[in-house]
Amino acid sequence: MAGYILRRLVSTIAVMVMVGIFVFLLLRLAPGDPAAMIAGRSATEEMIAGIREQLGLNDPMPVQFMHWVGDMLAGDFGTSILAGRPVLELLSQRLEPTLSLAILTMILAVTIGVSFGVLAAWRAGGFVDRILTGFSALGYSVPVFVIGFFLIYFFAVRTHWLPVQGYVPMSNGIALWFMHLILPTVTLGLGFIAFIARVTRASMLEVLSEDYMRTAVAKGASSYAMLFHHALKNAGVPILTVVGISFAYLIGGVVITETVFNLPGIGRLVVDAINNRDYPIIQSVLILTSGLYVLINLTVDLTYMLIDPRIRY
Amino acid sequence: MQMHNTIRDEVLLDVRSLETHFYGEESVTHALGGISFQIMKGETVGVVGESGCGKSVTALSILRLLPKLTARTVGGEVRFHGQDLLKLSEQEMRKIRGGKIAMIFQDPMTSLNPVYTVGHQIAEAIQIHTGVSRSSALTEAEEMLRFVRIADPERRVSNYPYEMSGGMRQRVMIAMALACSPELLIADEPTTALDVTIQAQILRLIVDLKERTGTAVMFITHDLGVVAETCQRVIVMYAGRIVEQASVMDLFARPMHPYTQALMHSVPDRRRGRQSRLPEIPGIVPNLRDPIIGCSFAPRCPFAIDICREKTPVLRDIESGHAAACWRSEEIVCA
Repeated sequence: MAGYILRRLVSTIAVMVMVGIFVFLLLRLAPGDPAAMIAGRSATEEMIAGIREQLGLNDPMPVQFMHWVGDMLAGDFGTSILAGRPVLELLSQRLEPTLSLAILTMILAVTIGVSFGVLAAWRAGGFVDRILTGFSALGYSVPVFVIGFFLIYFFAVRTHWLPVQGYVPMSNGIALWFMHLILPTVTLGLGFIAFIARVTRASMLEVLSEDYMRTAVAKGASSYAMLFHHALKNAGVPILTVVGISFAYLIGGVVITETVFNLPGIGRLVVDAINNRDYPIIQSVLILTSGLYVLINLTVDLTYMLIDPRIRY
Repeated sequence: MQMHNTIRDEVLLDVRSLETHFYGEESVTHALGGISFQIMKGETVGVVGESGCGKSVTALSILRLLPKLTARTVGGEVRFHGQDLLKLSEQEMRKIRGGKIAMIFQDPMTSLNPVYTVGHQIAEAIQIHTGVSRSSALTEAEEMLRFVRIADPERRVSNYPYEMSGGMRQRVMIAMALACSPELLIADEPTTALDVTIQAQILRLIVDLKERTGTAVMFITHDLGVVAETCQRVIVMYAGRIVEQASVMDLFARPMHPYTQALMHSVPDRRRGRQSRLPEIPGIVPNLRDPIIGCSFAPRCPFAIDICREKTPVLRDIESGHAAACWRSEEIVCA
């Protein structure tokens, strides 16, 4: 198993190098001279040349690449063109809203999605199952921004139960923080609930017809123990896979949700950066999310072993 | 229908007119057509018949383990210590399952949960019915593995099913079934899926453990040889009904139903030589979706006469303790 982890880490490095080259080239191949962009419209030729020299843009591409990678490994992700401050500092300021939203959404999607799927499989063709079918069609097909505005209209504008938008840091009070995150979380989570519930249902249905489920009933196990102890662990591998995939998709969904609910998170930072061609920020976020994605994949693959003892690498 | 020779014993299980239906897309299959039998305390009863005759359905009906969506027991009683199991709540039934009545299944390869250790699975049964702590249940589980003669139980208790052979897994199933000292063990073809050499070992184990624990055993099999080796009494089933019921001695000495006779003749016999065809019962098992008029075996029966095709014969005592459902039992018994 140690060998497997080592192999996976090596391939992870390979993937990250590919991502790095792609992200690096993104800046060099984009139209316009970065130095000219930094210098601004009224800059003279000398100023631009100075900036080129300062940024090392006159060096050969491979040398530039090595510098760039070396800086990142040392923790230097560059300086924002627009704000003139280190990217890492900007990112860390925006981390709390994004992490809050992502984690709450995953908790919601996994708990509701899995239990919904388990119940639907238990009484396949029954009430819960039919609700799930209708609900998941909705959860899949309606885009996040439509659901978001719809929820805002009913639960904030019309009833004033929840704040319309905005973010309150956790340090200003957990309750207030939570209130502001309910609508974004539900908005972002609906699709994932549907996705996870469908997969859970299908996987559970298969397991429930297995012989060992009858053995469990024959020894006197309760319905709860049957479903959540005997069946769910056997159905766990496909569920874990889609939870991993969901987490990756979540990164994309966060951007839209943060825009709809005006949350000052990393998603908003990226959108602003793209609008302003603030390349250092775009590059850093691309690199970091790719790394996160690879890490999630590795974690999921290793967790399979905990669920099913027959899986050995 | 009373078993006179055992009437002084205490009745453990008393099944009366048990009727179970399976529901298909458009049709209803009468899997059990009202069967009645008794099992005494500590007795071993064999239930034999071809595939699809209702042996397993009988077992599943008793423990109410039938698939909920497609099958239902529509009539009759299953009296266990005088209490009708069909009337119990699901919660009360859970105490019976695995506690008072345990069951082992045909295929040990698929009957154990692949993601838990065998020790865990045995311990679970113990915990459900005794409420002891996890650690003492695990100690007991190890003791049960020793009881079913699995070598090296200290190590095996933390094995997963995939690390064990079929024979060993069936031993684990037996250990799990006997862990709570049930009064009745239902063994549904427990050796069918195993190698021949292992079959004999498992049979011997069941017989031996039964002697030591005094558990009554309902032994479902299609193998008359197994019945002869293990059982005291036999129930022969055909097309969802009991066609003959007798002590093992009586049944083998004087089979009174043409179906039982045919079953006995279809056991391959070395003495008949290699050239002869394997004996078989001509015809096919009737389709239980259509209502059966007369005796269900009549179309395949060499002795069938007009009345057999018109009226259904009931199970009746031909001799003391020996019942058959045939109009002509008295005539054919010596044939």
